[in-house]
Amino acid sequence: MFAEIFSILFQFADVFAFLVLAAAGLAIIFGMMGIINLAHGEFITCGIYVTVAGVQQGLPLPVAQALGALTAGIIGVILERTVIHRLYNRPLDSILATWGISLIVTQGMLVTLGSSWAGIGTPEGSFQVGEYTFSSYRLVLFAAAVLVMLALYLLFMRTRYGVLARATMQNPQMARALGVRTPWIYATSFGVGAALAGLCGALYAPTMTLIPTMGITFIVEAFVTVVVGGANVLIGTVPAAMVLGAIRTALNAWQGQIIGQIGMLIAVILVIRVLPEGVSGWLLRRNR
Amino acid sequence: MSTEPVLSVTGLHAGYGPTPILQGVELRVGRGEIVSLIGRNGVGKTTILRCLMGQLRVTAGRIRYLDRDITRLTPDARARLGIGYIPQGREVFPRLTVAENLQVGELIGGPKGRKLADMVYDYFPRLQERRGQAAGTMSGGEQQQLAIGRALIGNPSLLLLDEPSEGIQPSIAQMICAALKSIRDELGCTILFVEQNLDTIMTLSERCYVVEKGRIDAHIDAAQLADRNTVRQSLLI
Ligand SMILES: Nc1ncnc2c1ncn2[C@@H]1O[C@H](COP(=O)(O)OP(=O)(O)OP(=O)(O)O)[C@@H](O)[C@H]1O
Ligand SMILES: [Mg+2]
Repeated sequence: MFAEIFSILFQFADVFAFLVLAAAGLAIIFGMMGIINLAHGEFITCGIYVTVAGVQQGLPLPVAQALGALTAGIIGVILERTVIHRLYNRPLDSILATWGISLIVTQGMLVTLGSSWAGIGTPEGSFQVGEYTFSSYRLVLFAAAVLVMLALYLLFMRTRYGVLARATMQNPQMARALGVRTPWIYATSFGVGAALAGLCGALYAPTMTLIPTMGITFIVEAFVTVVVGGANVLIGTVPAAMVLGAIRTALNAWQGQIIGQIGMLIAVILVIRVLPEGVSGWLLRRNR
Repeated sequence: MSTEPVLSVTGLHAGYGPTPILQGVELRVGRGEIVSLIGRNGVGKTTILRCLMGQLRVTAGRIRYLDRDITRLTPDARARLGIGYIPQGREVFPRLTVAENLQVGELIGGPKGRKLADMVYDYFPRLQERRGQAAGTMSGGEQQQLAIGRALIGNPSLLLLDEPSEGIQPSIAQMICAALKSIRDELGCTILFVEQNLDTIMTLSERCYVVEKGRIDAHIDAAQLADRNTVRQSLLI
């Protein structure tokens, strides 16, 4: 009995981690700047490829993963300074531009890197509960998701940068009139979002085979979580991932993966009907 | 008026889109002066302050601040040179706490300037009591104190206030006037403020400019300010 319960919890933690890690970067960029980043999947892909290339060059996996997140973050800052910063308050243009970037990157990668690379394999290690065997690396992923949320909480709620970033998010013109270098806040926030997407890719890199369009694997879950969670990563993404994770785990166990996926999407449609601004919009409204 | 102006504006033109609003504003504010801008609704008082702060592009004219041409500087650069702005409607950050709102203002006056958190709490003890409260949930009078404290904390050389007593009960408005006066006395800070409330204008200003149709239409000096009727008439041109 205990083994069954643990198995369900384990699967829930696995789905939860995936949703949180896939969505965090997208949520920050949407919440801070109102940009719907359709190139989110490509930042994830960037993290994956850098990690795999690093491991193939002989780097230890965690170092390669850090490098993957960092590379995505740096590319994010550069992209913000060259393209994205022109698109604030132009939601449609920003969707079009980021979609264009996404197409250029995936097609460019197909041409230069070929259609698939050998993966690096999931780190060994498993443990047993009752009759079931579990992969230890899945627990690492769950811990990483929890740590990412904790780190974001500390960054935005406990540091000076966080105060300036939230002020900029709430009233950019006033923040600027008080001396805040808002263009720099936007560039770094975009960088943080891109780095988190890269980190997601880096963490899942060992579990996947590589194809340039693999960003897609994450995109649906990422968008669904952000739509349900709303614009605030701290109070939106975690509850959204918990709710969607619970629904999905339950349906998976009951009827299998396909029904799990469909059920999750139906849940999203229902949530949009009831809470058009997502969980965080609802929470903020309630506290007013 | 002291010989050395902190702020001097010459031939200022600006507008929104193709509509011209300001058409040749001229004004000077000396070090440590408290000067008001008065005039009817919609004559362009807020627009003048937004140009001074750099929120609105100037199409012609010059803004000099502390012997420096700041006409083309960004708003954040102007703030870091020591200009503190308290806009109409206060614009506190609603979901930041009082203490966090004040923290944002610390950038004014640049990184090396003295920070005046204790002084802010001395002037406005209410802010100390409400440090952890979300600014958006405070009353209008409290938000006004916060907006002033937020600009004051960075030790500004020039304070720009847009209708500090708008929508505030007379006793609080008086308290705010008294605070602004002693801020000037203690810090030597120069104050330019927009106001429509006759009592606030009379208590606080040492002289005043009357704005009309995007220009400075008249000047009221200290002697004329003593006469309530002169000021009242200027507000009703
Ligand atoms: N963002 C804007 N876009 C277009 N026109 C504007 C804008 N802001 C102000 N105006 C116009 O500019 C003129 C001057 O406005 P401003 O806010 O400077 O007036 P004001 O003197 O501060 O008035 P009040 O006493 O009501 O605050 C008004 O006619 C107003 O309609
Ligand atoms: Mg106004």
